[in-house]
Amino acid sequence: MVPLSAYVAVSAILFATGLIGVLIRRNFIIVLMAVEIMLNAANINLVAFSYYLESMAGQIVALFVIAIAAGEAAVGLAIIIVVFRGKISTNVDEMNLLKW
Amino acid sequence: MIPVFFVYFSVVSILAGILTVALRNPVHCGLALLALLLHVAGLFVLLNAEFLFAVQVIVYAGAILVLYLFVLMLLNLKSDERYLHTKYAVMLFAGVAICGELVLLVLRSPFGGTKGDAPAPAVLQDGNSYAVGIKMFSEYLLPFEIVGVFLLGAIIGAIVLAKTPTAADVEQE
Repeated sequence: MVPLSAYVAVSAILFATGLIGVLIRRNFIIVLMAVEIMLNAANINLVAFSYYLESMAGQIVALFVIAIAAGEAAVGLAIIIVVFRGKISTNVDEMNLLKW
Repeated sequence: MIPVFFVYFSVVSILAGILTVALRNPVHCGLALLALLLHVAGLFVLLNAEFLFAVQVIVYAGAILVLYLFVLMLLNLKSDERYLHTKYAVMLFAGVAICGELVLLVLRSPFGGTKGDAPAPAVLQDGNSYAVGIKMFSEYLLPFEIVGVFLLGAIIGAIVLAKTPTAADVEQE
């Protein structure tokens, strides 16, 4: 029997990996991929708690998270295409139009 | 047998996550992300969530990841000389510190709580998809509809954003 804390630890490590990816990478698309890693870590957590606490709610919320991730990917990649068309770069350091 | 599979799926998914963040070529990052998603799907199977397993493989690995790879190939990015952020050492240190703290907290805290209304034998009798469906279309019907509207908004937003401006649009501006 695998304890619940093992699943939560895996999820924590994956979440931290995604967080590091968001912080250190310069390519916008890789940053979005790192966000997907973080969403997946949250999903593992939700499903693990759903299993160990014998409730369906966690799995339903995990499905919603997947739907939100799909929307986020579509809109994020559309924004990347627009920025790339104007600046020929997907470097996050060079995206500073909204900076005050 | 389950602990063996758990160790395999979790170790490979963590390694694939690290590769996704660390590899230089964006397409290789995408393929590492694919490995991560498939192994997370394996973890879902161990947790008796077959429906979520199928959704993970079809929607995440099949649709979202293909969208990422499609955009990567559309933009035809060269792998940069310097692919990490300028201050990456500070951020890496902060990230590793947060990771250590999270794992420490997780391993020390006693998890528990009131049990819900879906014990494993009852769910296994009719199948996981049945249980998810019943719950989704009774108690969570309103959030389900809201997610539908959200996806419609995301589709329209993506089309409007990525549309090539026509001559008429440019003239208006």
